[in-house]
Amino acid sequence: MLKDIDLSGVDKTKLKEIHKMESMVSSGHRACQGCGEVLAMGMVTRVAGPDTIVCNATGCMEIISSPYPQTAWKVPWIHVAFENAGAVASGVEAAIKALHRKGKVSSKPNILCFGGDGATADIGFGSLSGAMERGHNLLYVCLDNEAYMNTGIQRSSSTPYGASTTTSPCGTESIGQHTQKKNMPRIIAEHGVPYVATASPSHPTDLMDKVAKALAVDGPAYLHIYSPCPTGWGSKGEKSIEIAKLAVETNLFPLYEVVGGRFGFTKKIKKVKPIGDYLKLQRRFRHLTEKEIGFIQQTVEDNYEELERFCQATAKCEE
Amino acid sequence: MARRIGTEVSLAVADAVKMAAPDVISAYPITPQTHIVEELSEFVANGELDAEYIPVESEHSAMSAAVGAAAAGARVYTATSSQGLALMHEILFIASSMRLPMVMTVANRSLSGPISIWNDHSDIMAERDIGWVQLFVENGQEALEFTWAAFRIGEDKRVMLPVVVNMDGFIMSHMIEPITIPDQEVVDAFLKPYEPQIKLDTADPVTFGPVGVPEVYLEAKKQCEQALLDSKAVVSEVIDDLNHTFGRQYGLVETNGAEDAETVIVTMGSLGESVMTAVDRMNANGKAVRQARIRLWRPFPVEEFMDAVSGAKKLVVIDRAISPGSVNGPVAQELKSVFYGRLDAPEIVNVIAGIGGRDVPVDDFVQMVELAEKGELAETYTLWGLDSDA
Repeated sequence: MLKDIDLSGVDKTKLKEIHKMESMVSSGHRACQGCGEVLAMGMVTRVAGPDTIVCNATGCMEIISSPYPQTAWKVPWIHVAFENAGAVASGVEAAIKALHRKGKVSSKPNILCFGGDGATADIGFGSLSGAMERGHNLLYVCLDNEAYMNTGIQRSSSTPYGASTTTSPCGTESIGQHTQKKNMPRIIAEHGVPYVATASPSHPTDLMDKVAKALAVDGPAYLHIYSPCPTGWGSKGEKSIEIAKLAVETNLFPLYEVVGGRFGFTKKIKKVKPIGDYLKLQRRFRHLTEKEIGFIQQTVEDNYEELERFCQATAKCEE
Repeated sequence: MARRIGTEVSLAVADAVKMAAPDVISAYPITPQTHIVEELSEFVANGELDAEYIPVESEHSAMSAAVGAAAAGARVYTATSSQGLALMHEILFIASSMRLPMVMTVANRSLSGPISIWNDHSDIMAERDIGWVQLFVENGQEALEFTWAAFRIGEDKRVMLPVVVNMDGFIMSHMIEPITIPDQEVVDAFLKPYEPQIKLDTADPVTFGPVGVPEVYLEAKKQCEQALLDSKAVVSEVIDDLNHTFGRQYGLVETNGAEDAETVIVTMGSLGESVMTAVDRMNANGKAVRQARIRLWRPFPVEEFMDAVSGAKKLVVIDRAISPGSVNGPVAQELKSVFYGRLDAPEIVNVIAGIGGRDVPVDDFVQMVELAEKGELAETYTLWGLDSDA
């Protein structure tokens, strides 16, 4: 169902101001060089600020930020298990709501939830779906590096077609991952969530604007962040942002948002680049033939066209 | 004025939870605990209870949300049974290792398969090692009063652990009993508001659930176990106050019957009431038999149990769960461990009875004692009431 949600009052991120915004993830964490996830997490928490509680699913970001007796977190943070970040955040949100109502706590902090693609699209899908459907006032952020990187690059339902992973290896009888990536933002949008968006660390102001909007809406919000993983993708650490940018510029990962059920692009690519430019920088795709690359190109175009139709179909009619 | 009413035990438990004023209740429906959380959701819907009720999508999420809410500093309640408890399994360990107080009523039920909604203790026996304080109640009045005791034990600054109140599914949960409900002021005097020691607070950030490297994992586990072991003294203290407040005579292990008896029947849960009748009958017929009822299951009250069965030559231990591939049922295993190496150890015979809701009438206990005394029960365990054609 379409709903009118006015987000025009939400402040835009100013590029010049970003360095003044403090990340709630401190340096000295154990993430790999060129990790897209930890960059994204820094951007998200810069917007959310210190009055934030973070619920983290098991995964890279949990491991790298919390080996006792150290912690990279400047805000209250809880990790419980792999599949339940949505449910844990539901409990935190409900507790804050009740305690605030009863006058036992004074502030109503932002409730942030971080999960990788496995924690989001696979094992944690049920608890995320429940949290979204029940309408808890929280922001769930999927840091999508397209496989189970924390356990050694095993495929997930978010691994793209053609990618070679340790459980979807390419071989004489296999192209690698032979299924298409699960479309999480669309699935979550179908929950009737007031704010859903895709974002990429290659477009920081777009990403941070979306965090501000997600936190401004009343109810659940979902942000799907494309997060290059040099270790899992077989790419150079210094190329992560370039790869993330190419994902956007090839229309493989379009930047859009769904506000009250209305789809809209936040960045339109004028000169779309061929998918080969993106694929060739990553070892996980190096086995692909021209024919397969052509098939992926066609899929990208079809998906984009479909998204355009969603935007048109849900656009507000101008009188 | 306290009210004495006829009510279903589940509804009385819901009343007890309401009177404990929880901040968050998370629950998923599973038979036979459903009446408790249905009643609580009605209290919330009618404004009789100021709490957030989270109707989660699974028991795994019920426990996960409970952990999140408790970490945020709320007083938290949930209830479950059987498959639901099994689905929570993973998170139960995390709740205790994070030292998060919360109360969970388990309406004990058998585990699938074959699927059975009826009572035994298979569900909680599969969760013996979760690090929670575990209590067993025998009737509706106890279910009510131990709900308050459970909050107080768990929230005590010397404990800070989650607490399970076990009550037999259907046999108790769906029974209508005369129950005395005290005034709210009496409960308020017994159970003070919860003041968390540590919580997710943006004014004082903490990290919950970090990675435990090999250099710290063992120490963390030991601390958690120590907290559970140390909780026994607090449980005793709270039960003493409960006895004083509500005029009861509860103990960690309770006895009934002939003090000089050489044979003692050991029970846990609602079978204890039938055994009480059987013991009274045997005593009236001049047969010296005693009963020992284990109320606190975790931490196991070794000294109190020793006192309760002192002088016994034979223990007839009634288990309500099978431990497949083991030499005994879970309670008998525990007791054999307790007595191992002691010169005064009584002989322990084990009867596994009431599995999957199978009825165990009073006469059966008389028969068990007779067979045990004649030495006609198996050395390992006897599956009581087993159809020989099975």
